[in-house]
Amino acid sequence: MRLRKELRGGVTVISLDGQLDSETSPQVQQDLRALLPEDGLVVLDLSRTLYMSSAGLRVLLLVYRQAQHGTVRLALTGLSPDVRAIMEATGFLGFFTVVESVEQGVEALTV
Amino acid sequence: MTILEPIDAYPTQRIAGYPVRAGRSLPFGATRVPGGVNFSVYSNHATSVTLVLYREGEPEPMAELPFPESFRVGSVYAMTVFGLDVERLEYGYRVDGPRRPWEGHRFDPDLVLSDPYARMLTGHGPYRHRSRVTLDDFDWEDDRPPHLPHEDLVIYELHVRGFTRHDSSGVAAPGTYAGLVEKIPYLLELGVNCVELMPVFEFDETDNVFTGVNYWGYSPIGFFSPKASYAATGRDHMQVDEFKHMVKELHRAGIEVLLDVVFNHTAEGDERGPAISFKGLDNATYYMLTPDGHYYNFSGTGNTLNCNHPVVRGFVLDCLRYWAAECHVDGFRFDLAAILGRGSDGELLHNPPLLESLAYDPILRDRKLIAEAWDAAGLYQVGSFPHYSRWSEWNGRYRDTVRRYVKGDIGVTGELATRMVGSPDMYSRRGAAATVNFVTSHDGFTLRDLVSYDHKHNEGNGEGNRDGDDANNSWNCGHEGVTDDPAVLALRARQQRNALLLLLASRGVPMLLAGDELGRTQLGNNNAYCHDGPVTWLDWGLREENADLFRFTRHAIAFRRAHPVLRGGSPGSVHWHGVSAWSPDWSAHSRVLAALFDGGGNDCVYVAANSHWESHTLELPPAPRGQAWHLFADTAAAPPMDAFEPGSEPPLANQSQLSIGPRSVAILVTH
Repeated sequence: MRLRKELRGGVTVISLDGQLDSETSPQVQQDLRALLPEDGLVVLDLSRTLYMSSAGLRVLLLVYRQAQHGTVRLALTGLSPDVRAIMEATGFLGFFTVVESVEQGVEALTV
Repeated sequence: MTILEPIDAYPTQRIAGYPVRAGRSLPFGATRVPGGVNFSVYSNHATSVTLVLYREGEPEPMAELPFPESFRVGSVYAMTVFGLDVERLEYGYRVDGPRRPWEGHRFDPDLVLSDPYARMLTGHGPYRHRSRVTLDDFDWEDDRPPHLPHEDLVIYELHVRGFTRHDSSGVAAPGTYAGLVEKIPYLLELGVNCVELMPVFEFDETDNVFTGVNYWGYSPIGFFSPKASYAATGRDHMQVDEFKHMVKELHRAGIEVLLDVVFNHTAEGDERGPAISFKGLDNATYYMLTPDGHYYNFSGTGNTLNCNHPVVRGFVLDCLRYWAAECHVDGFRFDLAAILGRGSDGELLHNPPLLESLAYDPILRDRKLIAEAWDAAGLYQVGSFPHYSRWSEWNGRYRDTVRRYVKGDIGVTGELATRMVGSPDMYSRRGAAATVNFVTSHDGFTLRDLVSYDHKHNEGNGEGNRDGDDANNSWNCGHEGVTDDPAVLALRARQQRNALLLLLASRGVPMLLAGDELGRTQLGNNNAYCHDGPVTWLDWGLREENADLFRFTRHAIAFRRAHPVLRGGSPGSVHWHGVSAWSPDWSAHSRVLAALFDGGGNDCVYVAANSHWESHTLELPPAPRGQAWHLFADTAAAPPMDAFEPGSEPPLANQSQLSIGPRSVAILVTH
């Protein structure tokens, strides 16, 4: 799994590229923690996340919690219908701010 | 804070190429530990046990790890295996030992058995019985069980799949735990505050020699495993998360969750049945066996779990604690619970250790324990189940009495009175909370069929209509089955309301069968365990078709919840009446019953029932405390005048008399 970080108009966008499962989760968790800024707005872009296992869901939630502890505001975008359905059925979706696009994320997080 | 790594989180040796060390005997099952997974399994008579590991979906094992003798403590084999990817792992046990069925031993090292403590089974496909390891962390936030007093419950019995599987359900995830969550607004609108889920332990839905379908699932395989195919995420092995989320959301809505649990038998059948787990792990411990090693069959399904054996008792207790503590389940209904009071030879125990343990268990202290207090070998313990002041019972006598009264049998009016005040003939010492009252359940006719069929119609079950109960106390109201005769249909509509109203105005805990409030039919099938389709799925189109019945039921539930006096109270708060006030007629030919439930203040309710085919005029007692009688419900009236919004009941024009129609029930309330 590859992580990419870019700044778009003051928002940190981190894309997760590949499979988020038990094999990749520990590394992704570590990498995400390192990539998260101290404060500001962060959008996690999952549009290239091909598969999300239960370990993957846990990583997302842990990172989200880490963000909440600081002053980072975080949203998810690019959820495929499958990933969204899984997150909905297991209740993980309810923890996150989910937006349709990075642009909408900027809007949602700055309001 | 620095968290120290555990000092034993490293392997001491390699077995079959895998780094391992001697495991911890407890807890049983597969538990994630730092760096690995701890596997622990019990067998008293095994001579060797091997842990078999598979990469998911692969036909052949990726490794077989025999437990070294040094890894055994007593009869428990435990090993920690390091470096496993638990999300892609399936496992099982190969167990060798004596092959002497006449002594009860049926070991077969050719088989790979599922772990009885597995938190998940694969649940589908050719390797459906393979065990899996779960990620058991779950964010419950501040979830608290609603802790509703027993007598305040209105239980709604439903089948997780059948409730939302029909196309008309309109949910995103039909037939699943997630689908049930989507229907919470409906449950709230109806007003029920407790769902009782038909079996959700992993079972094989093809396990049926007659039709190839086992829909109900009263044949458990994985007692710790929520059924994967009831989860929208089951194929991704997230059924535990999905199940927990369902419980959390129901709790958030103030709704309790009871599980219908089967500890009397398993899916392994008798000597002809498959060996999936217990049979190959330690047959002589887990099953009740005759002296020559055959299976006792008190369950009617081939085998009987040896549930008062100390080891099996521990298993049952561990299982219930798991569902209560880890999954936040609020209680349990025990299928054929009379078996749980039997000893190893089937003898009736005076003080059954299992039932006592459950009654006094610290984890289960606040959980509801409900017994189906009979078994398939003729033991009928309704009213005499060993209860330790803890157990409630499905009151089969309540069901039979209300059915007989409503269909017009003579000589049951007196018994109806007893049943309506909490069956004190059976439960006076325990109070009304001990009786779970019901007219219909999954087992038998739906309410609509109860008033539409004299006889069962189980031809579709593949047994020549021989299966299913013949004693239904049902009446078709003049025509067997489907009809467009308006008179018959009107009578059926009234009879359904009569049963619902009596149930919801009776002391004790009422239980409704899901769909009865919408007039669900199984076309006369009273044993629909083998139908996974339109016969058993709830057709949500009925919501519109039978909107009046839904509204009536909703009002009746709300009325009950508004009136504590209907849920319990001292015998002195009930006064009996008849055609004349203060003069009940207890003679055998009487078909009229009137009861005044007076809890003081506005909590005063007059219930009148007439199973005669003619109207009667009842003299009313004066409404107490200078108040006036108002009409809540009258099943003889055409909708929407058959029931009013509780709190907005219209005053009765004639305060001294009530005319009660043929075969009808009416309820008054004071304001």
